[in-house]
Amino acid sequence: MSIKQLSCIALLFFARLPLQAQTDSLLHLLNDSLSAGSGPVYVTGTFKATHVINMQTIEAPAAGALNMIIQHRFGQLNSGSYNFFGLDNASLRLGLDYGISNRLAVGIGRSSTQKTFDGYLKYKLVRQTEGPHETPLSLSLLGTISNYTQKYSDKPYLNASYRTAYTAQLLIARKLTSHLSVQLVPTYIHYNLVPTAEDKNDVFALGGGVRMKITNRMSINAEYNYLLPNQLVSTEIHNSFSLGWDIETGGHVFQLVFSNSQSMIESQYIGQTTGSWGKGDIFFGFNISRNFNLSKHAKNG
Amino acid sequence: MKALKIVPVIFFLLLICQSGKSQQFLSRTGFIGFYSKTALEDIIAENNQVFAVIDTAKNSIAFALLEKGFIFRKELMQEHFNENYVESDKFPKAEFTGTYSSPNAMNKQGVYPVTVKGKLTLHGVTKAIEEAGSIEIKSGSILGTAAFRLKPEDFGISIPSIVRDKISKEMDVKVRVTWITKK
Repeated sequence: MSIKQLSCIALLFFARLPLQAQTDSLLHLLNDSLSAGSGPVYVTGTFKATHVINMQTIEAPAAGALNMIIQHRFGQLNSGSYNFFGLDNASLRLGLDYGISNRLAVGIGRSSTQKTFDGYLKYKLVRQTEGPHETPLSLSLLGTISNYTQKYSDKPYLNASYRTAYTAQLLIARKLTSHLSVQLVPTYIHYNLVPTAEDKNDVFALGGGVRMKITNRMSINAEYNYLLPNQLVSTEIHNSFSLGWDIETGGHVFQLVFSNSQSMIESQYIGQTTGSWGKGDIFFGFNISRNFNLSKHAKNG
Repeated sequence: MKALKIVPVIFFLLLICQSGKSQQFLSRTGFIGFYSKTALEDIIAENNQVFAVIDTAKNSIAFALLEKGFIFRKELMQEHFNENYVESDKFPKAEFTGTYSSPNAMNKQGVYPVTVKGKLTLHGVTKAIEEAGSIEIKSGSILGTAAFRLKPEDFGISIPSIVRDKISKEMDVKVRVTWITKK
């Protein structure tokens, strides 16, 4: 056989190869271009609910969605059998959150503790993405205002301004894996009135939250809020630590919680928690949130 | 001079390869949607970024899509779909590869009913499927459409009893792809 013939056969052989592999390579071709063509995708479900337990998360209702939340805390576990270990007493917060856009949400709430009204604005500044040019973190800004209306006959000077507190939080979160999300929350609180001159009106704290999925629809949560020392000195304030168990069913999220804070809004659980885990001042409770779609677009779906 | 004689042979062989390849057409904007209708809730999910390739010489066809490309009317549904049902982080893609056959020769313009047969991989589970569809040959393009039903349970997607009444037992799936054959 001449070199010419040999090379012809060789060429023929190689030329046929891609044709034979074609059916398999169709899919390879697709998959190659699929991974090359995919742009950045927003990471979803960093947290299941708008609250880790008491701490707000970077999550907010989608545009046109209304979220109703019922937060409930029984009394202290160590309050004895006479109080049925806390079940006789309860503190409640009812809240409504609404998504104005996919980034901006507004919320209002009413807590039974000190008959407090609260309102907030939350803005999703940065959203974590995956894919090429990934954004590693989600950042949300949270501003809240609270006003308690409990009447104190011995303190007639308490006007609306004195009863008001403001909170600003930067919520920094990352979904590390599909099962683990963490959040860090630098917090600034301003109380218009504090009990004594030694207490500071401007208070700083640092919070941390974590969510670990145990099944597709359940997760274990924990949060800790560290109040920087020497700020609120007239009463013994403990750092708020809470544990929770999330159960998700469709549009509902049900959270079972244990916390040393009975109140559920920033100015109260961060700066006014007097309970201590060590002494058994533990409050059992739950959060239930329910999502409603109000926008027409969502309704038609 | 001997080497020069081979040149036309190489050209000829390259031409064979070329002509084989030129029967493959790729689309990056294919459409696949799935729909569920129950008394309690309707679900509409649509993906307009489906990659699809057809080889008209070999009657073979393949689809691939990213689960996260499905857009739902309700954002929370989309989140649940990715997080709890198809588990997009674990199984980001769904793909189909197979062949199509038609009772008639598909060499002229017109609509041809076809049977598509192949393997569908979804949620990490591969299942052989055979569904009816149609291929329309137009001047400059090929349009492929199909409508069929799939059971989530067949692909290891379990639906909790608490939402069972809100999701139909079988999803209506619609496929529509246009391949441009001439630029």
